Amino acid sequence: MSPRYIARNSNIAARLLGDEMIVMSARDSTLFTLNPLATEIWQAADGRTPLAEIVETRICPKFEVEPAAAYQDAEAFVEQLASHGILLVSDQPIEPA
Amino acid sequence: MDLVVSIGGVPVRLRTCDQSYAQILQQRYAAFLQPSAPPEAFQLDIHLAPPLDGAADQDLQVSRDSGHWRARRGDFQLDWDPATRRGSTRHSANPYSIDSALRVLHTFLLARQGGFLLHAASAVRDGRAFLFSGLSGAGKTTIANLAPPDVTLLTDEISYVRPQAGAYWAFGTPFAGELARAGANVAAPVAALYLLAQGPQTRVEPVTPAQAARALLRNILFFAADAELVRLVFQSACEFLRQVPVFQLEFAPTPAVWEVIR
Repeated sequence: MSPRYIARNSNIAARLLGDEMIVMSARDSTLFTLNPLATEIWQAADGRTPLAEIVETRICPKFEVEPAAAYQDAEAFVEQLASHGILLVSDQPIEPA
Repeated sequence: MDLVVSIGGVPVRLRTCDQSYAQILQQRYAAFLQPSAPPEAFQLDIHLAPPLDGAADQDLQVSRDSGHWRARRGDFQLDWDPATRRGSTRHSANPYSIDSALRVLHTFLLARQGGFLLHAASAVRDGRAFLFSGLSGAGKTTIANLAPPDVTLLTDEISYVRPQAGAYWAFGTPFAGELARAGANVAAPVAALYLLAQGPQTRVEPVTPAQAARALLRNILFFAADAELVRLVFQSACEFLRQVPVFQLEFAPTPAVWEVIR
């Protein structure tokens, strides 16, 4: 399985409020609220760290979840945000815009 | 003929050649007129025309081209050039279309000042402003109607919010809802935002920051799918939430609701 890299789209506005990340698409004003787990992934989405490594080093220890299940949830979350254009996904590292 | 209408402390010079329409505007904005235009005043030229080919309940279309904004709805068209601080409106001789054009214009102006227009009633009590936010049917006019005599109503429909001297202030507006009555032209620092929900009893409940953000952003008047404006409005909303406490107010429609507003 090739590594997957994720990066935040620059065409968004985001702010951490409490322990949830509020993300607004600057393209169509759609609003997303990320739960603490999704927020952790969002914050780690630097385009250079593979998703599997994010899950292993940041999600599993912090949320005490099994790596396989956590990776599955992370993939689903990433696909969802990517479909709205607020996360970028690639099998290559993603250069900053 | 020139009229200077100052809403939220932001003066806009309205120019029209039609004397009778100027009188309509004078009546409608009587509490918000100022005698002369300061140098920083914005300017809007009003061109009266036969009714446009659509209805007032059409969706507003907003676009930006080379820095110029154009907002068009069934009953009016607004063109605005931020660089020159001047623009024009085209609509028939009715007071409602210019009201709509002014709302759109102020959303543009406020976005760059860290403020916004909000679907909310607002009122001042003891020198502090309270906002009551919700979409149609949430109870904005109801709570405004129930206000006791010591409360000064700023609006029952569209609240004007912007930062001033390090705090968020609410200003009176002439933008009326079902009360059909302009608010008082006064301002006060915002003490709280209440998210309205009508129910069998009156109670104030806390909301999480994320819930507050979702509700606030849902109720901010926002017209343009423009990336820069989206960011500005989002940042303003987050900054507002950093400073102003937000609660859910479930209320039964009786005057007693005002006992919990403090």
